[in-house]
Amino acid sequence: MDKQDEKYSISRRQILGGAAATLGGIATAPLATAAESNPANLPPNVSEWTPYLGAGVDANPYGVPSEHESHVIRRNVEWLTASTESSVNFTPLQDLDGIVTPNGLCFERHHGGVPEVIPADYRLMINGLVDRELIFTLDDLKRFPQTNRFHFLECAANGGMEWRGAQLNGCQYTFGMVHNVQYSGVKLSDICREAGVKPSAKWVLAEGGDSAGMNRSVPIEKILDDCMIAYSMNGEALRPEQGYPARLVVPGWEGNMWVKWIRRLEFGDQPYMAREETSKYTDLLPNGKARMFTWVMDAKSVVTSPCPEKPMIAKGQNLLKGLAWSGRGKITRVDVSLDGGVNWQTAELHGPVLSKSLTRFTLPFVWNGEEMMVQSRAMDETGYVQPTIDALQKERGVNSIYHNNAIATWLVKSNGEVENVRLG
Amino acid sequence: MFALVNLNVKFHLVLALGAAGIVIGALAVPALAADRPFNLGKIATAEEVAGWDIDVRPDGKGAPVGSGTASLGEEIYAERCAGCHGDFGEGIDRWPVLVGGQGSLQTHDPVKTVGSYWPYASTIYDYIYRAMPFGEAQSLSHDETYSVVAYLLNMNDVIDEDFTLSNENIGAVKMPNRDGFFLPDPRPDGQPKGGPCMKNCQVSTKIIGRARNIDVTPEGQ
Repeated sequence: MDKQDEKYSISRRQILGGAAATLGGIATAPLATAAESNPANLPPNVSEWTPYLGAGVDANPYGVPSEHESHVIRRNVEWLTASTESSVNFTPLQDLDGIVTPNGLCFERHHGGVPEVIPADYRLMINGLVDRELIFTLDDLKRFPQTNRFHFLECAANGGMEWRGAQLNGCQYTFGMVHNVQYSGVKLSDICREAGVKPSAKWVLAEGGDSAGMNRSVPIEKILDDCMIAYSMNGEALRPEQGYPARLVVPGWEGNMWVKWIRRLEFGDQPYMAREETSKYTDLLPNGKARMFTWVMDAKSVVTSPCPEKPMIAKGQNLLKGLAWSGRGKITRVDVSLDGGVNWQTAELHGPVLSKSLTRFTLPFVWNGEEMMVQSRAMDETGYVQPTIDALQKERGVNSIYHNNAIATWLVKSNGEVENVRLG
Repeated sequence: MFALVNLNVKFHLVLALGAAGIVIGALAVPALAADRPFNLGKIATAEEVAGWDIDVRPDGKGAPVGSGTASLGEEIYAERCAGCHGDFGEGIDRWPVLVGGQGSLQTHDPVKTVGSYWPYASTIYDYIYRAMPFGEAQSLSHDETYSVVAYLLNMNDVIDEDFTLSNENIGAVKMPNRDGFFLPDPRPDGQPKGGPCMKNCQVSTKIIGRARNIDVTPEGQ
């Protein structure tokens, strides 16, 4: 057992207690994962789907992905939580291109399950230090001026299992608590004007209508700067698991604050110190003290191919793909290393490059079967550089759970297999 | 961001002047309409606000009238809470541990409980009333909630068994880890000196850990 492994006694006990059948890696049989072809469908033969009529319109009134893409799904880690109603699953970043996360693949994090909110009975209440305490219907919200913006939403605990070492062998499980969609909704500054916020109001308590009554305090400056109440994502109504019919959007800040199924905004002169901003989402340091109100999601990036789920299947020309994002603004540069961080080259950024949004990068490369240690390093417009895990551990130890935005390492073996490893 | 706050204040000043200008011969309704840029939504009644405004702040603001004791809370806890949290707050399976952990925050395996970590008693009330028991939100009465909070505080040696916890004193309860948190956020941190290195960087490329060896990854495919 090496230096890292000995720290995992808790995880081992948990896995032995419940999920022994799930042991095992993901990426096996490298250089043979390309599906076998049927010569009858290949040139010069006429492919079996060519001569006959296919399904007509309305075969799927709401379209679904090809059956051959059934592996592209959200996944959870059962041993992490006590129940699926208070749990999380992960976006399959390794199977996506561009910067938009399809609605059905956006990771979920619930604290009391998904409430079945009836839109006609939905209400948003504004109370506290305002000139007028108001109640809006969903139709009221949709009559406000509209704003449309792409933003990433990342759970502050994304990568939280990796503080002490490489633990989960997958891009999805180590980076998948993030998604990126276009939100349509109302600027909170407009709602604030409608209610008439008193000068003494410094904090806003956002509260959900779910069984957890999720509540978080947001400073008024952020509320007025760029927060919104969203009712649509990627052009359609919010999915139930993403807050239908309305959620708070807090661009660049930790996902826990983006209260779903939002039912109330209370304006006050002090923070409310809810459970989620005291006992959770605070970052414990080695000296026993904890950082509080660590809202911003610092710049981060991940190579989504190759990765443990996407082994190298062929030598020669290949394409490295990845995603980068920053809660402080736009991504300005992403560097990639194939040798464990000794030498770096700058990847190509693909537009649109938007503030507080996922940004796609690629790097074409030739692989001759040599072992590689793949890393990526994002930089944003504030000059922030995505740190190494060593640098973060030096500042914060290994028990802070949240805000692990360190550079990860994928070990590409000569047989094409890819593993999540820790260098040191 | 502060510019926006100032704009907002200025906006109200302008509107106040505008409203004053039409006071002659006008009643409150048109003035109010002018003050609301969109005239959307309806005014909430006090009763409507009271039904949804359930939060409790550290200073006790928002705490509903009521009281309870640890003695009364013990029975409620056994019936409504112990199924997940255990008879002694030890936590069953992966459900949260509620008791103990004092002195563990600096160790390799910190145990964050109400007693060892939570900085405010108000948060316990706020959370239990709004979210507990799990799947039976807002089903405890206010008095029952005060009693359960008192029981948890007593199990963590914060208050005596016969202490009557109420809306009058919940803001004054001093939690053991009250001073265990600090502001403001000190980030950004962990930044490389002299900017990002590009060539022949002095880093270790020795593999010291492999996720595959940890072997806790679901198969999932």
